[in-house]
Amino acid sequence: MIFTKLKSTEEFKTVANGLWRDHPIFSMVLGICTALAVSNKVDNAIAMSAGTTFVLVATAVIISLLRKLIPTRVRIITFMIVIASFVIIVDKVLEAFFPGISEALGPYIGLIITNCIIMGRAEAFYIQNNVHLSILDALANGLGYTYTLVSIAIIREALGFGTILGIRVMPAWWTNWVIMAMAPGAFFILSVFIWLSRTLAKIET
Amino acid sequence: MAYLLTIFIASVFTNNIALTYLLGMCPFIALSRNPKTARGMAFAVIFVITLTAAINWPIYHLILVPMHSEIIYYIVFIIVIAASVQFMEMIMEKFLPAMQASFGIFLPLVTVNCTVLAVSLFMILRKYTYIQTIFFAMGSGAGWMLAILMVAAINEKLKLVGDIPKGYRGPGIIMVIAGTIALSFLGFAGMVSIQ
Repeated sequence: MIFTKLKSTEEFKTVANGLWRDHPIFSMVLGICTALAVSNKVDNAIAMSAGTTFVLVATAVIISLLRKLIPTRVRIITFMIVIASFVIIVDKVLEAFFPGISEALGPYIGLIITNCIIMGRAEAFYIQNNVHLSILDALANGLGYTYTLVSIAIIREALGFGTILGIRVMPAWWTNWVIMAMAPGAFFILSVFIWLSRTLAKIET
Repeated sequence: MAYLLTIFIASVFTNNIALTYLLGMCPFIALSRNPKTARGMAFAVIFVITLTAAINWPIYHLILVPMHSEIIYYIVFIIVIAASVQFMEMIMEKFLPAMQASFGIFLPLVTVNCTVLAVSLFMILRKYTYIQTIFFAMGSGAGWMLAILMVAAINEKLKLVGDIPKGYRGPGIIMVIAGTIALSFLGFAGMVSIQ
């Protein structure tokens, strides 16, 4: 009873869309550059998705607060400046506190700017909706991105290096499946993920 | 001169920006359903990558470094990219309407293509000189074009077969094709190496 009531609220729909129906990676196929490139180790994946979620939420707040002031013609460049400023913060924080991860991610931190999830959500949602819905949407999309990235990374790190978060999980006879840690493995694993979730969610095209 | 050629060949084959660094994937997946749009996008990418790298290099080395403001280079690069794309669109509209029609909708899309920003970031990271940067940018653009055209062509043939599982249609199968091509590109490793 409470659940059916909850189900029809705007907030519930926003969160459900971000987490499953309009999942950024599976159904919209956005933001996969980073999803593919940094998912070979679990700690990289966690750092990347935390950074992306932070930038998403911060952008959601700023853009939805300023949505009536931003002229339509220059909105794209406004989004970019807002996003880039927060990415600098992420970059400097990682550099200061997690130098190892910052080194491993290299230029991919800067590429959060062109992660299409953030641009796409800003254009489709934050520019039209109020602050609290936008924050919910950002959190849901960030969480959707995070669980995908981390689960791909768990599979790739286990198969490619025999470890998860640096702890050995595979038995001693396991030979590292090096391809899984390289670019082709990323394509194959993500395609299997897309196949499974699209079949479950009955999305066609 | 030989080193310039090495950079070019390496960025097309061994260090392909799409298949090794996995960049520019959003337009890659979306546009490789159709070889014709793939070609249009690829030409726009080559053009914009080379142009923006050529503008960003002097801005970084001649303005930002002497003023100790390297911290804001993300913002500067992204503004340069967005502005030069917009500016180019306006110039084309005025003087080259035929070219504008053929690039069409792809130009604004190039702004959010990660390859463009990535080339500018890589050139700083690898400390390329100006000429090396130009060759690296052209090579990366050509490499991206090679990858997207191969995937689009294979995808076109697969449509004739037509019994792909439902969930795999669209982005799923394109990723499998790209993965297979990336696998074959691993064979180029060791041919030339940069860095």
